Amino acid sequence: MRIQLDFMAVLSQWPLLLTGVAWTLSLTAISVLLGTLLGTACAWVRARGFGANLAPAWLQAAVGGYVELIRNTPFIVQLFFIFFGLPAAGVKISAETASVIAMVINLGAYAAEIIRAGLEATPKGQIEAAQSLALNRTQTFVWVVLPPALKKVWPSLVSQIIIVMLGSSVCGQISTQELSYSADLIQSNNFRSFEAFIVVGGIYLVLSIGTRQLLNWAGAKFLFGRR
Amino acid sequence: MVDFSLWDIIRNLLLAGRWTIGLSLIAFIGGSTVGLLLLMLRLTKLPAVEPLVAAYVQLFQGIPLLVQLFLAYYGLGLFGINTSPWVAAGIGLTLYASAFLTEIWRGCVAAIPRGQWEASESLALSFYEQLRYIILPQAVRIAVPPTVGFLVQVIKGTALASVIGFMELTKVGKTIANATYSPFLIFSCVAVMYFLLCYPISLYAKHLERKIHVHR
Repeated sequence: MRIQLDFMAVLSQWPLLLTGVAWTLSLTAISVLLGTLLGTACAWVRARGFGANLAPAWLQAAVGGYVELIRNTPFIVQLFFIFFGLPAAGVKISAETASVIAMVINLGAYAAEIIRAGLEATPKGQIEAAQSLALNRTQTFVWVVLPPALKKVWPSLVSQIIIVMLGSSVCGQISTQELSYSADLIQSNNFRSFEAFIVVGGIYLVLSIGTRQLLNWAGAKFLFGRR
Repeated sequence: MVDFSLWDIIRNLLLAGRWTIGLSLIAFIGGSTVGLLLLMLRLTKLPAVEPLVAAYVQLFQGIPLLVQLFLAYYGLGLFGINTSPWVAAGIGLTLYASAFLTEIWRGCVAAIPRGQWEASESLALSFYEQLRYIILPQAVRIAVPPTVGFLVQVIKGTALASVIGFMELTKVGKTIANATYSPFLIFSCVAVMYFLLCYPISLYAKHLERKIHVHR
């Protein structure tokens, strides 16, 4: 039996692939920014034992429920719930908006737990020192507790960001034009399914290795370098 | 439009849940077997094996599971093997799980102090005996909580098998949602079912983790 692979049929459709890469990277970038913010806020609510936590009990319970619910259900179900479920409840959204919302909500829950681990590792003395310098609670959190906590958990956060980027491939299922959707389009044009997914898989591999290198480098260089 | 009562919906989803559980078990057992083999290979310190296993792990962790499933599905077809969703999903998820489990367990073996290896070697134990009597019993204890935790990832991963036509919980949910026009209710039910499946396992993993830290 001979199997003939024709990669040129796939590579010749490079504009489609490029669009897919652009969408995947933009979706990831937006959800990383918003998701990390959401995660930080949730981590602040959930973190115990570092003095600054004044969140009311109902808020703690709500955030706890959110984190556990998201972490114990598949991303694809969350995406379907938002894209198909919300319109039925009267909220109309585009596929792209639904994708971003789902990715932000998903990353937010995982980031919350990762960042919380960092927050809880902060020595009490740091907070007491900040208080004795007359910093208020917000200042203490933003300038004293958060930066070293983020630095500590940065590698885990980067891994989670990669997972979310790879997870964005699911968004093609609701016709968001990201990379795996490009593969789907290409294979419906020329029936080269196996080749299309090999090429796209290779691109994802390059993207994930590249993003990890970039974030590790940027974290050391710009975010936590001089602190 | 078909009229489904709430009980019809839940009953159909529960029935579909059996396939989710079945596929999870296949993926977990298959992934453990392949993962253990790869870990053993890596521990033998044969030349060129270590970078090969590392490349394998990198490959399956750096490509989305969705794409892996498509590759398994179309690849098997190309090689003339019957591409039933069972076979494709089983193989795709097994490879995916094996990469993660190899990496998790490698970390657990690496956590055993070097002195243990040296001591067992100085007792003239063979490589196999060192693993069997000294290293693995200690590594297994550390490995149980993250392995149980990973089971949750496998269960959630099976949801993606819906894209290659595997009739599990998510796919059946989508089909019923299309038939009844009430996606809000159906996907809520689907989410709740996954949650009921995964949350106890998550809690158990957390409990095991705490237990190990207490004993240390």
